[in-house]
Amino acid sequence: MFGAGGGTSSYEEVEHTDLIVLWGSNARETHPIFFHHVLRGIRNGARLIVVDPRRTSSAAWADLWLGIDVGSDIALANAVGREIIVNGLHNETFIERATTGFEAYRDSVMEWTLERAERVTGVPAAAIRELAHAYARADRAILCWTLGITEHHNAVDNVLALINLGLLCGHVGRYGSGLNPLRGQNNVQGGGDMGAIPNKLPGFQDIERDAEARARFEAAWGVPIRPRYGWNITQMFEAMERGELTALYVIGENPAVSEADAGRIKRLLASRETLIVQDIFMTKTAEMAHVVLPAAVAAVESEGTVTNSERRVQRVRKALDPPGNARDDIWIIAQLAKRLGFDWGEVTPRSAWDELRSLSPMHRGMTYERLEELGGIQWPCPSEDHPGTKFLHARLWEEDPARRGPAAPFSVTPFEPPVDELTEEFPLRLTTGRRLDSYNTGVQTSRYRSPLRLGGAIEVSPEDAERLGLREGEVVRVSSRRGSVRAPVHIDRGLRPGLVFMTLHHPEEVETNLLTIEATDPKSGTAEFKAAAVRIEKLPAGGAAAGGS
Amino acid sequence: MKVPVAPPRRLVEVEIDGRSVRVPEGSTILQACRAEGIETPTICYAENLTPVNVCRVCVVEVEGARALVPACSRTVEPGMKVRTDTERVRRSRRLVLEFLASSVDLSLAPDLHRWQEVYEAHPERFGALMEPAAEGERDGREPGRHVPVEPGTAETVAQPVKIDNDLYVRDYARCVLCYRCVEACGDDAQGTYAIAVAGRGFDARISTEFAVPLPESACVYCGNCIGVCPTGALMFKTEHDLRREGRWDEARQTVTTTVCPYCGVGCNLELHVQDGEIVKVTSPADHDVTSGHLCIKGRFGFTFTRA
Repeated sequence: MFGAGGGTSSYEEVEHTDLIVLWGSNARETHPIFFHHVLRGIRNGARLIVVDPRRTSSAAWADLWLGIDVGSDIALANAVGREIIVNGLHNETFIERATTGFEAYRDSVMEWTLERAERVTGVPAAAIRELAHAYARADRAILCWTLGITEHHNAVDNVLALINLGLLCGHVGRYGSGLNPLRGQNNVQGGGDMGAIPNKLPGFQDIERDAEARARFEAAWGVPIRPRYGWNITQMFEAMERGELTALYVIGENPAVSEADAGRIKRLLASRETLIVQDIFMTKTAEMAHVVLPAAVAAVESEGTVTNSERRVQRVRKALDPPGNARDDIWIIAQLAKRLGFDWGEVTPRSAWDELRSLSPMHRGMTYERLEELGGIQWPCPSEDHPGTKFLHARLWEEDPARRGPAAPFSVTPFEPPVDELTEEFPLRLTTGRRLDSYNTGVQTSRYRSPLRLGGAIEVSPEDAERLGLREGEVVRVSSRRGSVRAPVHIDRGLRPGLVFMTLHHPEEVETNLLTIEATDPKSGTAEFKAAAVRIEKLPAGGAAAGGS
Repeated sequence: MKVPVAPPRRLVEVEIDGRSVRVPEGSTILQACRAEGIETPTICYAENLTPVNVCRVCVVEVEGARALVPACSRTVEPGMKVRTDTERVRRSRRLVLEFLASSVDLSLAPDLHRWQEVYEAHPERFGALMEPAAEGERDGREPGRHVPVEPGTAETVAQPVKIDNDLYVRDYARCVLCYRCVEACGDDAQGTYAIAVAGRGFDARISTEFAVPLPESACVYCGNCIGVCPTGALMFKTEHDLRREGRWDEARQTVTTTVCPYCGVGCNLELHVQDGEIVKVTSPADHDVTSGHLCIKGRFGFTFTRA
């Protein structure tokens, strides 16, 4: 945010803040060790407020839980903003000095009275008011979010709506005050930092706008770099539909299972002229590939670095030899380059890292020796005598405008409901998420014997179960506008009537993504995994087992 | 970079074993001893847990204090005079070690063996070990109904290993009741509170609610109890099985520090590898991200690395 794609705070700060807001995050289960820091914060006197459609195990620790209707986060955030402004609780000095666009933002949220927001979000007006006042009055406050905010068709606006609140109260750029997306995968942050996103060169340098950076990379690589953004994953599938993208090289992803509207994705993958998959397992996607390149497990069978949710770059090290013909990702890519006519010589994880340091100013001071010695370093770290950066955007608080740098913009964030509308035919809101013991499509986690494992299921509220006459464990049919699956019922008291929940962890048992909607945020390319409309039907007595159909 | 630093701490001057020592205000006697290179035995103390003062093996003499004080939690005061090697201290430590060694299987606690030698502990003087309790028998004991053993016999906590899940075992014949697992499960890390100390006196034991098997308890299998256990009472099932087969061999193991492959928190994992397989996972207690604590995926979710 504000020109740096990473969470602004350190985990440590969560232990020393006054208010922690988890918005669309069930960190207790999805980021358990981050939640240990939250627990220490609570023990040190911080309040915890959780905004989540489900009363999760994170919400169980909260002073206040706002049970929001799925996809109405912007309505809630805008109402919180309005409540702060009309009560004069916003930080006028900070807004004046460090931000732009406040007037337009203020005018845009004025329609979001507490009463209107209550009708749209399902959250009682008093609870919205309490969140607004608690956030604005806290000396220090940390706001964290996860996929509950970003897996929507308007993901970027959702994030901007939360950033607005941080700017409104000056809860950014200070120790104990910050805005933090908790990353879902061990190197999502690092992947983006290394340029594995369509619009940035390594080091978060813009491929279109930053001509100076482009020139640096061209000089180092000896090839011209076109100043043009690439496609994100959703745009790639659209390009396949248009016939513009015929060959696909997939590294460490399982889109046949992990992408929304799986039926469509599988059709598109199956009709490629060339599909290459590089993975540690024969995934569903790999089974469809023309060429499969067996890869080493990055965290266990190879050397390198990953970057976590507090921007800390840490070393991964090889503990095991990869099995059979599996090879390190770097080796495979270098060999491929060689056969395509570019001989890079011997590329090692360290030589690749040192090249990155020479090209990315924010990584320059992170030698392997220093990463080792300091137990990881948080970017930016511009030189070898720099300790790394605990929290971002301290500059916004500088007295001197020259040192303060570019102002942080408020954004006008209009509310849009989820694309998949609830109707009489599809009356239930399906949302998706993770459980503590499992991970994504279960490729790794299905292989250890967790006593907590629940298996693929459709989780329903006690009220809906009673209304529909459903028993625990009963197999039912769940249908959306895109597909239909059979799944056993699990009754969860944390769900409100009208809300049902599934995971992606057990596609062999229940292929949840046959139901989800591929309505995508044009800005981020993220699909609306969090909001589909479904109905549940009882199967005839003695109905078949769970599974796709 | 603007990073708030804690206010500088005053140095406090104390005397330990006649030596003048200056340590930061708020330090414990244990920290002061270690800074001076004075070896002090500990059992229940762990750097990533709050001291609970139960084992009493770290006690020292403080001039003017009536009782011996636990070094792990008593903070230094200006002018404090501490003695760590008086006969009173040695006798007290020896008794603690003898009581434990005569009633608990300490075979997987090499530190305690060394301390027994240092303090000339002779647990065998309490007599022959009594027969192990039957499975579940100790869990059913009620306060106030303790039946003493025959004179000349050492009562023990020996009992069969509890194996009720595929991830870790509980061998309470090795349990010294140091409370570390209770702290890690509860306030000091995980906040799950699946275990506590049940019973009184010699019948006290670590237990789930109503002694139910782990899968019926609140346990979420973070394994942080295993991570802090000093005597091997809590153990990965992989380690337990290898030991039973006589194949556990730490001399042949390597330990590699890497980063967990799952969520984006970035927990450091120490992978203990023997014969090309991960046999145990720990985390460094002094790392900022984890303080040595993990979740079920980081601790146990590694079997996917096996072909």
